[in-house]
Amino acid sequence: MNNMFNNTVQDHTFSILVENEPGVLARVIGLLSGRGYNIDSLTVAEVDDEVGLSKITIVSSGTQMVLEQIRAQLERLVPVRTVSDLTVDGPSVERELALIKVAGEGDFRVESLRIADIFRAHVVDSTNNSFIFEIVGSTDKLDAFIELMKPLGLVDLSRTGVVAIARGPESI
Amino acid sequence: MSSNRITGGEIILKALADQGVEVVFGYPGGVTLPLYNDLHKQNSLRHILVGHEQGGVHAAEGYARSTGKTGVAMATSGPGATNTVTGLVDALMDSIPIVCLTGQVTSALIGNDAFQEADTTGITRPATKHNYLVKSTDDLAYILHEAFYIASHGRPGPVLVDIPKDIIMGYGDYVGPEGIAPRNYKPQINGDRDLIEAAVDLVASAERPIIYAGGGVINSGPEASALLQKLVKMTGFPCTTTLMALGAYPTTDKQFIGMPGMHGTYEANLAMHDCDVMFNIGARFDDRVTGNTAAFSPNSQKIHVDIDPSSINKNITVDLAIIADATSFLTDFITVWNEKQPKVNHSAVEDWWKIIETWRSVECLNFEQDKDEVIKPQYALSRLSEILSGTDYYITTDVGQHQMWAAQYIQFDEPNRWMTSGGLGTMGYGVPSAMGVQVAHPDSSVVCVTSEGSVMMNIQELLTISKERLPVKILNLNNKVLGMIRQWQELFYENNESQCDLSNGPDFIKLAESMGFTAFSCAKAEDVDASIKEMLETDGPVFLNMATDRMENVFPMIPSGAAHNDIVLHPDQKPVTVDSKDKVTA
Repeated sequence: MNNMFNNTVQDHTFSILVENEPGVLARVIGLLSGRGYNIDSLTVAEVDDEVGLSKITIVSSGTQMVLEQIRAQLERLVPVRTVSDLTVDGPSVERELALIKVAGEGDFRVESLRIADIFRAHVVDSTNNSFIFEIVGSTDKLDAFIELMKPLGLVDLSRTGVVAIARGPESI
Repeated sequence: MSSNRITGGEIILKALADQGVEVVFGYPGGVTLPLYNDLHKQNSLRHILVGHEQGGVHAAEGYARSTGKTGVAMATSGPGATNTVTGLVDALMDSIPIVCLTGQVTSALIGNDAFQEADTTGITRPATKHNYLVKSTDDLAYILHEAFYIASHGRPGPVLVDIPKDIIMGYGDYVGPEGIAPRNYKPQINGDRDLIEAAVDLVASAERPIIYAGGGVINSGPEASALLQKLVKMTGFPCTTTLMALGAYPTTDKQFIGMPGMHGTYEANLAMHDCDVMFNIGARFDDRVTGNTAAFSPNSQKIHVDIDPSSINKNITVDLAIIADATSFLTDFITVWNEKQPKVNHSAVEDWWKIIETWRSVECLNFEQDKDEVIKPQYALSRLSEILSGTDYYITTDVGQHQMWAAQYIQFDEPNRWMTSGGLGTMGYGVPSAMGVQVAHPDSSVVCVTSEGSVMMNIQELLTISKERLPVKILNLNNKVLGMIRQWQELFYENNESQCDLSNGPDFIKLAESMGFTAFSCAKAEDVDASIKEMLETDGPVFLNMATDRMENVFPMIPSGAAHNDIVLHPDQKPVTVDSKDKVTA
């Protein structure tokens, strides 16, 4: 109970299994914005086309009290089946994918390839003066790679946002 | 097409009938014309044509609050639907079960900015507990039954079903309400046994306890109120009920110490502040109750029983949270209490009662009415309460000073007798909700306590009331000013009466008479009793316009953001000091 008084702001990753019905994403997003909660990252896709379920992964930040509220408020939505706060419910794996376009010539081009190799990023498109790298990993890893690409000619990037899943044999 | 396929309009009427709906408050429009055509061909469902869709939803709320059933309102697309929004949010904030049906433009036109098109489900998503846009006539019956299920199960609330015109006109199969239960919506009804045992131990160990009951007790049904009374009697502890819960415990009983919060009693607020165990059943620690949350009841252990997990630790962090319906919880709590036969520290609780009695001796609701002076609203309402006592009556209010005085001075011995807009504070709630109450209770006295500001916000419903021959009594406490605004301006805004003057108000007698009411005025204190009796005894709808003191303020008052022990009394009253902590901790 004491952690309720903890006013430090933390990042938590929520995994939300929802009925895949029209407007469900708007409900979830509207709830968060309407109550003044942050959305640092959001991903959504159908995960079960037989039952019609989608999974929404949201990274949000707030105090312990706010994070508890986010979970409780999400659980109140009628089309929401399960909410898991992966940050507190046990160990989990988080991944993010980015497509990063770097334009340049000469040494810059060689250097960007070398760094991509270190980060295990793949080249998915190449022209005489550009690459598109695909990189998968934790948000921190992507951030670090993007920082290194900036001076080497980073011109555009797309990130998926975090997807996450609990470790172990259980389903959500 | 099989022979049992019927039109969407017929499905709606059949579903309402199967849900036991007796009355719908509605207003027709272009896209709901086919439904109104089907409605015209039957005579089992009563439709009341309201003056404005907001009034329709409030009427459904009054019906719902006074019966415990789900209220039903109906509106057309576009402006009809947007007009329902205030009523829907009101019902959401006060947890009132409502099903609102709105028409929508033909499916093929949705998104084309068609005539009277609005994104109703988009607009009402945060205004409802849940909403639907119906995509097929075959889905209609199931959705309607699910809507009723969701509105009335768990923490009640408004559910909106948006139905395009082609769905109303199309044909589909009907399914009955049997076995309808949403896949994911399964509110927890029964509290965890371990937690209930812990609650019994904590409550029994209290030396300065308070039972703090909220609207959840009323929403759970009359049995919960009966169980609450049993609990209070069984423990001998003091009880306070929130604005939403007035009547859940008899306000005339000795163990009732008044309402807590901004305009609650001195004794209730100081008891909330100084208690060592706070036992919250079905209240949500609203900011009008807690005041400054950092200074709220600093030395107490708090138990919070609520059916809605999101109410837990939202405003106030509690020590023991139990998710349960009030009836179920109270039944279990009393059972466990009787099994355990816990030892209550009677002498400590007796000392606590002495302290409470000292606070009570301030008589914070006292007022003086000079027979020759202008009518004090407190006097008018305590006379109303006295005259009504022992009779079968329901009270609705609007919002402002008169609402707080009504809460302070009118006594309620039963639940579901008091209808007020608590959470949203909707001016304009009183008249239409009284209409809804009277529809449900045609032979009871239904009095709308209102004031000249609020009453104008849904004044058109006077016509609906007289047209439907509903004998609603309206007591208009007319002080020619937005009283609560003026009070705050006097106390906190340099006494600048900014935009609150209503002295150019209408001639209420002519206005009410033109809408089919018997109307008369009262301006003298000595005439208050006679005029109230005349209002109650006159057949049909009556409008009593009572001139009251413009400068009267509502006291006690906890200023916004202050703590309970910063409570301000009427200038003629003096606070008392008791060394409660020393006394009890010694």
